[in-house]
Amino acid sequence: MGVLNGRSRRFVKQALIYLCLTVGAFVMIFPLLWMFSTSFKTPWEIYDVNILPQSFQLSNYEHLLKNTGFLRWLWVSSVVVICTTASVLVFDSLVGYTLAKLQFRGKNIIFMAILATLMVPTEMLIIPWYIMSVDMGLRDTYLGIMFPGMITAFGIFLTKQFYEGVPNDLLDAARIDGLNEVGVYARIALPQVKPALSALIIFNFLGNWNAYLWPLIVAQSPHMRTIPVGISFFSNEVTTAWHLIMTASSCAIVPVLVVFVIFQKHIIKGVQLSGLKG
Amino acid sequence: MRRGKRLTLRQQQEVWAYAFLGIPLLFFAFIRFYPALSAFNISLRDWSLLTTAKPFVGLQNYRDIFADEVFWKALKNTFTYALLGVPLQLIIGLSVALLLHNIKHWVPFFRALYFVPYVTSVVAVAWVWRFMYQPHIGIINRFLLDLGFEQIQFLRNPSTALYSILAMIIWHGVGFQIVLFLAGLQMIPDMYYEAAQIDGANSWQIFFRITLPLLNPTIVFVVVMSSIRYLQVFSEVMNMSNEGLGGPLNSTISTVLHIYRTAFHRFDMGRASAMTVVLFAIVLVITIIQMKLVTRKYEF
Repeated sequence: MGVLNGRSRRFVKQALIYLCLTVGAFVMIFPLLWMFSTSFKTPWEIYDVNILPQSFQLSNYEHLLKNTGFLRWLWVSSVVVICTTASVLVFDSLVGYTLAKLQFRGKNIIFMAILATLMVPTEMLIIPWYIMSVDMGLRDTYLGIMFPGMITAFGIFLTKQFYEGVPNDLLDAARIDGLNEVGVYARIALPQVKPALSALIIFNFLGNWNAYLWPLIVAQSPHMRTIPVGISFFSNEVTTAWHLIMTASSCAIVPVLVVFVIFQKHIIKGVQLSGLKG
Repeated sequence: MRRGKRLTLRQQQEVWAYAFLGIPLLFFAFIRFYPALSAFNISLRDWSLLTTAKPFVGLQNYRDIFADEVFWKALKNTFTYALLGVPLQLIIGLSVALLLHNIKHWVPFFRALYFVPYVTSVVAVAWVWRFMYQPHIGIINRFLLDLGFEQIQFLRNPSTALYSILAMIIWHGVGFQIVLFLAGLQMIPDMYYEAAQIDGANSWQIFFRITLPLLNPTIVFVVVMSSIRYLQVFSEVMNMSNEGLGGPLNSTISTVLHIYRTAFHRFDMGRASAMTVVLFAIVLVITIIQMKLVTRKYEF
């Protein structure tokens, strides 16, 4: 009797936990579902506030691609994401390797200096960056949008951490075999830290795809807007055309959701890694 | 002979190291260090983008910003965002993580659903929330009407606008903390719980005497990360407030939004830089407090 009682109490408790979690999860994803639902509605249906559209219209997507700057924003965002990711992959992993595996004077000072840059909030750098961009003609250029993120202290620490787990004997053996330092780095060390590289690619993609403050400042003409900047100015073009704003937001979020679904494990691991380091 | 060879190898490695570090060091010098120093320099000058002369004015910009009502309003709002947002997000994040830690099935599935908002573009979801908050066509107000309540002018009423934006910020950021807390909980060895149960401890005692102290490093990290993030809040306010300028009546304006307005609408770079220096000082103080808290942990 007592056992049964305890068992049923545990069952009720478990059921309550699942219920709470389900309600919470619904709150978390509802705004996204609502966004997608609205993106398939006609302008008239906005006033009905129905949960689902009467029929799934693709006309908003057609309008967005044909009559607005969205494809251009998509292009600018893609160029920025691809170039910064390539740059970060090369430089962050190279610096991480050098700091972890090569012996040279001034190593600690360089390491501390890079560490110190993490203390300065980006907002403090933005005004000097803007003045530099004006002086060097980088406003409204891809390089202007990208340059602050070409090398990141975060990526350097991440890769350095992983390189430290690579045995020195492996690298020395390659050196004895006559490989020069570039070869040791590129052919021996780099393949050993693939998990760090994939985390780096994903976080860099998310960070640059969603970046807002700096692209908003440096890209002043409409043809150099990234997707977030485009969306934030979109409401002026299509005054309260909520069906179109929700369509643009959906298009901004779909690629991220795809990346998230595919690389979920890597992303969660990466977040945990950043937490454990702190 | 062998020794000589080894020495040259050493020297060779040093040359390679500097070659590898060449471009990155230039990058950090010109894109990180120089601008940080430059911000201090600009903050001491009357630096308008519209004129060529940038005369040195000492601390005048600092005097100006502390005499500026909107700056105080922005600081007050920023601390309101932080002082409400950080604990609320912490409590929600920790509660969900504890619930997730107590079930056996579907944990990765739930975790993914809670985490999803974190990866979405802040600007895109800010507009989604703005749409949901609308009177008449907004789903939240429709829901309130259906339940027999009156509509709320969430973003248009100075007394509710800030909290409406805050709700969205918490929604967007809480998934990150859930993932961290869940990982932290999973690292606590079961034997602590078993020992406590044998000693007859109840759930609350277990939570406050075991779970919370052992989770302390994660909590400190999360609180510092989110404090810094809240102090830098910008995109949400920019995209959700009336006119995108921190309205209505500056009730939602944040420090960074005020910096943005001062620098890029009024082109007063000197004053805006002085504000960034103040922001830097606040972030620095919080970082130092974090270091103190973390090192205290290692003392016993």
